[in-house]
Order: sequence, then structure tokens, then C-alpha cells
Amino acid sequence: MQLFKLKCDDFLEYDEASGTYYMPAEQQVRDEAEKTHWKEVGFTLLKDWRLYLMLIPMLLVYLLWRYMPMTNLLAAFKNPNTMLPSGISAGSDVGLQDWYGLTNFDELFFGAQANLFWAAFRNTFIIAFYGLLFGFPFPIILALFFNEIKSNITRSILQVCVYLPKFMSTVIITTLAIALFRAPGETNEMGVLSQLMITLFDNPELEAGVNSVGGLVYSNNYFRAIYQITGIWEHGGYDSIVFFAAVIAVSPTSYEAAQMDGAGKMQQMRYVVLPSILSTVVIMLIMKVGTLLSVGYEKVYLMTNTGNYEAGRIVAVLSNAWATGDQTGGNAALGIAAEMVNNLIGMILVIGANTIARKATDVSLY
Amino acid sequence: MKRKMEISELIFKIIAYVFLIIFAVMCVYPFIYAISSSFSTAEYVDGGDIVLWPMGWQTDAYRYILTDNTFWISYSNTLFMAFIGTLWCMIYTMLGAYALSKKRLIGRRAFNFFLVFTMWFSAGVVPQYLNYQATGNILASLTGTTYANMDQKWLIIIAMGMNAQNVILLRNAFEGVPAEIEEAARIDGATEMQILFKVYIPMSKATIATVALFFGISRWNGYFWAMRMMPDQQFSWPVQVYIRDFIDIRTDLGGKTPAEGDDWVTYLASNPDYDSNIVGVMSVVYAMVICAVIPILCIYPFIQKYFAKGVNMGGVKE
Repeated sequence: MQLFKLKCDDFLEYDEASGTYYMPAEQQVRDEAEKTHWKEVGFTLLKDWRLYLMLIPMLLVYLLWRYMPMTNLLAAFKNPNTMLPSGISAGSDVGLQDWYGLTNFDELFFGAQANLFWAAFRNTFIIAFYGLLFGFPFPIILALFFNEIKSNITRSILQVCVYLPKFMSTVIITTLAIALFRAPGETNEMGVLSQLMITLFDNPELEAGVNSVGGLVYSNNYFRAIYQITGIWEHGGYDSIVFFAAVIAVSPTSYEAAQMDGAGKMQQMRYVVLPSILSTVVIMLIMKVGTLLSVGYEKVYLMTNTGNYEAGRIVAVLSNAWATGDQTGGNAALGIAAEMVNNLIGMILVIGANTIARKATDVSLY
Repeated sequence: MKRKMEISELIFKIIAYVFLIIFAVMCVYPFIYAISSSFSTAEYVDGGDIVLWPMGWQTDAYRYILTDNTFWISYSNTLFMAFIGTLWCMIYTMLGAYALSKKRLIGRRAFNFFLVFTMWFSAGVVPQYLNYQATGNILASLTGTTYANMDQKWLIIIAMGMNAQNVILLRNAFEGVPAEIEEAARIDGATEMQILFKVYIPMSKATIATVALFFGISRWNGYFWAMRMMPDQQFSWPVQVYIRDFIDIRTDLGGKTPAEGDDWVTYLASNPDYDSNIVGVMSVVYAMVICAVIPILCIYPFIQKYFAKGVNMGGVKE
């Protein structure tokens, strides 16, 4: 009884005169509101069932081919020896008794294959870092330059030209890069860009690179440079669209005011343009950092062979090579573990970048 | 009042013009070079003499390609995959983006997170391959064949090409449609589907064109998974895989020496119609490259204005 009384005291009032409990008016209203809230939820669910039906195909596609692969990550914690020889039918036929703990990761970080993994990890990081260092400012500069061209026709013609490479496939781009930088052979002279490079910078190191098997793309020393140059060539123009939209949004009166105060071009850039495009720059930077470690493996795959492994092989390509047996010593479980480490670090980077940006500039993506 | 241009502004302008013109030339030069080389004879192409214009005119490279059946089979495969694949992706993306754009959708944030998370973390190449194989097995048993006999094209069409960025782009465009118009349509008795197709889609044409273009381009250009999924099914290859395979087996461009009898000169010697002194393998490679980019070059000028608009409209929000 005491317990009951205590409980009732929370929401009921005691009437001394009649010795009974009654419910106060505002509590009745609150209860009613809660009831109608849930009624409303149920009602909208029922009324909008078509909306949910429309959502289902997309969710199903994402579930099947974006989330289901994550279940295969379990193979990284299992014994690779119980997988089939090709190492490719892992997962379902590996029982719980083959649970391996962190042994695969131990093998990956400190075992016999560790140097391959760390080299690939380093390559991924270096390629990504250079991509950020050179690939990020370039479209901004391009957008600032486009803003200088007042003639619409001239600007449109130039823009059509610089957007074009974005629409070319990786195979086409790599084929052209390899062919234009190719090495001199028995029956052929070197590629036209190799010739240009030799004429412009005449040094023995470059000559050795050009003459290496397959040409400049397949040489350890020049792979990264060519990867970045083709990357800028491919994405630079297209990425400038967003920045250009931000730059032309700056009102002409701001420029005029700055000019009245005697600001030179550099000062106008510093005090007028830069503050107005800052939020766009931050958002694009977060997006860029987010994709930092997911370096396009397709392009790297097409541009590497035994000649430039040391400079070019990234984690995704190494992992694929281990799983298919192109690279001996590893196996599918090691490959899955390697890429998992890589992608987890990438995820931490994007969340970190977003948090820092939100704290520092009040701009955030997610 | 016209102000005199300051010297720093003038210098900046000159730098801008010079820089942009050089970069624009860089962007189109490889294609011009490829076109010129595809029309030049082997002697000049191999001699490295081509700079801008074709030398020693020949059209045998294109004549050879026209007789290469496998190239055209893979070409039609690519067209097919690009068309059906884009259609399939557009259907579910439009339906899903429409539902997500509704504020009254319960669990909207959770669904958004479900999509955005795939942009942060992906399982990786090997787990994805295992999954494609597993789902391919299911698909094969549903259609009554085995995985090995199945045409892998269909798996690639259904399972690939989704992109959370495009969903967000489209969702933001749909959110920009005024709610009053939707209400008016609803009062007139329009169903959810009618509202989507008669109100929302016509009102966000630019973004829809952009998203369709992104899907189409990624389909047309896809290489890795087609190569990885069907190394043996040569008649299901898209053209990108065919071109790379051609480079690998007929030339030393891929860094590999062609196997005995596979290299271009020996290969062509068996064909009395062609003279390898006239049509060099590089001309054929360049001609294939040109054939593969022509469809994109044809539609590019028409949609170029759309995608510049569409990209700016749909920044990533939330």
C-alpha cells in the first residue's frame, strides 16, 4: 500500500476530504497529448506507407551491396588456412572453431609480410597527401583565374576544354599517359611527352626514368609525379566549378570598396575574395580529407606493374593481389585485414576533419 | 566613373589568361594527338614525329577496327550496360530521394545516416568481390543457371554504380521544390507517384540531368569490376576491358612483352588485308581510344551547361 501510494504521488493528487486519489487536469492533458502523439506516429506510418515503399528498393540495394560486404570483414579474424586454395571463398564456410583472434593482424603488422604492408600503407598515404597538397589548391586558383576573364564566350570555351578530361575513363587516361610517356624501344621512338621532358629538363636521372622498361609511368622515381599530374589534369578543371560559383557570388561593390581604399589585387584577394569563399573551401577540404585514404585503386591498378611496385602499390591493390595470388606470401584474410585497417583510418580522418572544422569555423558537412 | 586599372590587377589578368590558355591546351592536346596518330602511318607514329597534325595519311587503323568483331561486341555491351544501368540506378535513386526529401518521413535521419555512412567506410575490394560472388550465386539460382554460366553483365548492371553523393544531390533538389505546389497537387487528388513524376521531376530537370550524367559516365567508364568479375567471359566485356586487354596482349605498353605470336606484327601478318608497315599497333590503340570517347564527346556539349548548374545547386547538407 505504501509503495502504491508512493508511486501514485508522482502523478496523482490526494484528496483529503474524500480520501481518494484524483488526476489533476494538466496531467490529463499531458496524457492525452502523449496518446495522440503515438496515434499520430501510427497514423502517418499508415498514411505514408507509399513513401516507405518508395524507399525500399534503394535501401535494399545499399544493404545488399554496401553493407553485406562488411560481413565478410569477419574473415580477417579467421584462419586463412581453412579457406579454399584461391583464398577467395572465405566467410561462410569458415566455422567458429577457426576463430583466429588477432593473429592475422599480428602477421600483417609484424610478420613476414609486414614490410609489404607498411610499404603499401606508406604509398597510399604519400599519394593521398600529395593529392591533397597539389590537387586541392589548384581548382581554387583556376576559379580565381576564371573570374578574371570577363568575356563570356572566351570563358565558356576555356571551361569546356578544362572540364573535358573529367569525363574520360581511367583506362583511356592511363592508356594515353603510358603511351605519351613511353620508353624508346627497338622499333619505336619515345613518346611525345617524354621527348618534351627530355628537351626541357636535361638530366641523367630523367633519362634513366624514360629509358626504364615501359617508360616514365612505370619508373619508381616518376610514378608519383605522373599520377598527381594526371590527377590534376583529370579533376582540376571540373573541381573548379564549385569554387567558381563561390567566387562570382562575391558582390562587385565589395571590390569597388576595396579599390577605393587603394587595395591592390593581392590585398583584394586576401581581404575580399578569401573570406567569402572560405566556407566552400572548408566543405570541399573536409570532403577531400574524407576520401584521403580511398585513393582511386582503379587508376593505380592500371598504372602499376612490377617496375613501379615500390612507389605505386597501394593497400587496395596489394590486398587484391594477395587475394588473387598475384602476390605470393599473403592470403585473402591478410588482404581483408590490410584494407580494413586502411579504411578505418580513413573513416577516423573524415570524422576528425569534420569535428575540427565545426569547432574552428562553424562549417561542417555532416 | 571608369577607374584606371592598377598595375597589379593588369599583371594578375595577364597571368590568368596565360595560365588558363596553357591548361586548356594541355587538357585537349592528348586527344588531338590521339586523333592525329590514329590517322598516321606506322613509320611516323613509331618514329615519334607526330606533334599536332597527322603525317602519312592512312585510314587503315579504322578499317581494321571496323572488321574487329570483338571490339564491337564489347562496344555494344558498354552501350547496353550504360543505358540499362543508368535507368536502373535512376529509378531507385529518384524514388528514394523523393521519400528522403519529405520532412514527415519518420526515421529520416537514420535513413540519411545509412546512406552517408557508405561514403565514410567501405568494406574494401576483397570483401566486395566475395559479396558480388555470393549475390551472383543467388541471382544465378533465381534465374535457373549456375554462377559460371551466368552472364555477369546483369550482376554488374544491378549491383554496381550506386553513389550516395547522387542521392544527396537529388534529395536536396527535391527539398527545394515549394511545399505549396505539392499540397495543391494533393488537394487535386494526385497520388504520391503522380506528385513525383508530374511535379517534382519536371521541376528539378537540371539536377536529374546531372545525376543521370554522373551515373551514365561512371557506367561507361567502369573497368575494374568488369575485369575482376568476368575475366573469361570475353563476349560480356565492356569496351574499356577490351582496350586494356588489347594493350596487354598485342603491345608492350602495359609493361609486359606480348606472348609468342600474339604481338601485333605477327598477328597482322596472318591477315592479307593489312600491312603492318602502314597500320601500326599504336594507331589502332589510338583509334580505339577515339571510338570509345566519341559517344561522350557527342553528348558532352549538350549537357555541359546542366551539370555546372546541378553541381552548384546540390551541395552536401546535413
